Amino acid sequence: MSWRAELTRAAALAWKDLTAERRTKANFNAVVFLAGMILLLFGFAFGPDAAALRAAAAGVLWLTVLFGGVLAFNRSYQLELENGALEQLLLYPGSRKTIFLGKLAANLAFVFLVEAIVVPVAAILYDLPLARPFPGLAVVLLLGTFGFVTLGTFYAAMASRVRAREVLLPLLLFPMLVPVVVASVEATSAILAGDPMGDASAWLRLLVVFDAVFFTASVLAFEHVIDE
Amino acid sequence: MARRTGPVTATIQTSDGDTSFAVAVSGIARRFGHRWALRDASLHVEPGTVAALVGHNGSGKTTLLRIIATTLRPTRGSGSVFGHDLVREADGIRELVAVLGHTPGLYGDLTARENLEFALRMSGRAPTRQEVDEALDRVGLATEADELVRTFSAGMQRRLALARVLLRRPRLILLDEPYAAFDAEGIACVNAILAEHKAAGGAAIVATHDPVRAAPVVDRFWAIDHGRTTPTEPALVLAAAAGRDPAVVPTPVQTRVQGAIG
Amino acid sequence: MNEMDDLTSSRFSDIPLRQGRWVGVLGWAALLAMIGAQAIGFAISRPERDMGHLQKILYVHVPIAWAMMIAYFIVFVASILYLVRRRERYDLVAAASAEVGVVLTALTLVLGSIWARPTWGVWWTWDPRLTTSAILLVIFAGYLALRAYTEDADRRARWSAAVGILGFLNVIIVYQSVRWWRSIHQVQSSPDTVDPSYALALRLNAIAALLVLAYLVARRYHAARLERAVEARMEMAALEKGGAHV
Repeated sequence: MSWRAELTRAAALAWKDLTAERRTKANFNAVVFLAGMILLLFGFAFGPDAAALRAAAAGVLWLTVLFGGVLAFNRSYQLELENGALEQLLLYPGSRKTIFLGKLAANLAFVFLVEAIVVPVAAILYDLPLARPFPGLAVVLLLGTFGFVTLGTFYAAMASRVRAREVLLPLLLFPMLVPVVVASVEATSAILAGDPMGDASAWLRLLVVFDAVFFTASVLAFEHVIDE
Repeated sequence: MARRTGPVTATIQTSDGDTSFAVAVSGIARRFGHRWALRDASLHVEPGTVAALVGHNGSGKTTLLRIIATTLRPTRGSGSVFGHDLVREADGIRELVAVLGHTPGLYGDLTARENLEFALRMSGRAPTRQEVDEALDRVGLATEADELVRTFSAGMQRRLALARVLLRRPRLILLDEPYAAFDAEGIACVNAILAEHKAAGGAAIVATHDPVRAAPVVDRFWAIDHGRTTPTEPALVLAAAAGRDPAVVPTPVQTRVQGAIG
Repeated sequence: MNEMDDLTSSRFSDIPLRQGRWVGVLGWAALLAMIGAQAIGFAISRPERDMGHLQKILYVHVPIAWAMMIAYFIVFVASILYLVRRRERYDLVAAASAEVGVVLTALTLVLGSIWARPTWGVWWTWDPRLTTSAILLVIFAGYLALRAYTEDADRRARWSAAVGILGFLNVIIVYQSVRWWRSIHQVQSSPDTVDPSYALALRLNAIAALLVLAYLVARRYHAARLERAVEARMEMAALEKGGAHV
């Protein structure tokens, strides 16, 4: 099948996931609610000192996104597992890689939408400047989220089909995300502080490498994990 | 209502394997952990015929169908579908096969129409309103086209799955307990579709524990028990079934049976 | 022969209960090398100015860390080989190597902690190499957990191969990110400097560590093959036994 046709298939799969989600909004509401609670709780944990909160903000933000996202990844495969839709999905001609790309696209859209709510809320709670750093911030969010969602989509293909899925997905995923967390938090902190030393670009380069390596590896390995 | 074009008959392009069979598998064994779902399964189906795979629950019917559909790999044994090897040319087989599975495999939060359009897009075709409408009409779901599948009964979901099979325009149809959850009208619909399909040169395998319902369209019976298959005379199968349900013994097959015995 | 048939073929099932002589030799060599390396290490190197004999923990800690990395590299290579060739023995090598790797990692962390406590006064320093080791411990503990939770042998092999490959790919990136992170937030230097006279002790320990690794992996692999052979016999028995012909 031509790559153009495969792209159409991936798009169809992503559209299907997003439509189903749009109808129920069950996942989205749950994740946004959880994220909001985490932001609040972290606020209480760090105390009312504005300076301390602002210093911790980048870390809190990314951890919030991580915990929220993990909820979403397993659910995206649940859609296929109830009623045996996965089996039908595997029966269509064409590459397994396409299934991964479709799921990835849908999960990316989902997490970006969550971030669109979580980032402003964090800015409010932790008194962060958003206007001037916004372009840099957007780049970090883009690169960091991409790496996070790529691996999340990949590991969830396995974890969601095992009984201990709530435990296994974080266990497999989180240690792999250390570079994403470190780089994203450092870059975000630097950018929010106006990036006096130009640190952020080194971290962004690391994120690009991470994203490239694991996107490639996930695409290549996916067919081995999605089949029965 | 325009008639859909069926699959091509006669000359079948093959790269490998038996040219005369739509499905030819032999010595198939499959285990899950310690349990062997299939031990030694062999069957063959000619194009333009419908085969029934008869056995009780747990006999391995579903597993064998899934292997033929290339969803599962066999632990042992080999086979081909229209000349394509089961393991090495699985992608080629997927172009030719459609499955009406045990579970409907539909998305509850999408409408009937959206489910079918999705299936078409995933098959590499752009959906047209006309063909989707026709398929829905064929299975009697025209009025529910824009309802969410979540609201459908089991029978309706089955019919939608059947419409999806039609839209795929397969050369081989695999049906797993197609008569379950269907009323008399649904059963007649399935059989009519199968009759059309084989008349156009396609092949089908019906896995069922209830061969009587399939009898009107079936040409060949295979029995499966504890993972082993045997070709069976229709008479034996139907007699066993008739013993449980004497009112239902269809005539066309009976004639064939007389011919086979006499 | 069908790919998945590897383990049930009679040739594979005929595994001797005892491994060949060479594994025993390997074991003894590993033990002697370990003891010898420590003895020589104590004999030839002077006590360090500040730390006394404490520095000598590093002679074991560092080579064990090297052996750990080699173990994970074996997991990486064996996993790729499995996905490409689909022969079950590669899966068993990967699993054996991962288990030994996790043990070696735990050892690395413990030795590192023991060294750190008197040196820095804390049990844990966010030293890049130690931190990377800790993360590797979790990654490959996850690998082992995945194997434990997956019952079907074929799925277990495929899934853990994927996890093993991705896990190892991350090593360099994790190390780099932790190193940069630490250089931003701390000024302590890592215990890199080692007196050249200690180099011999390091090398001897390195050889010993490699021998230990090879021995443990060989033993674990053999045990895994025996387990699979037993399973294979049970599977064959189940195949013969089940149900009469119709």
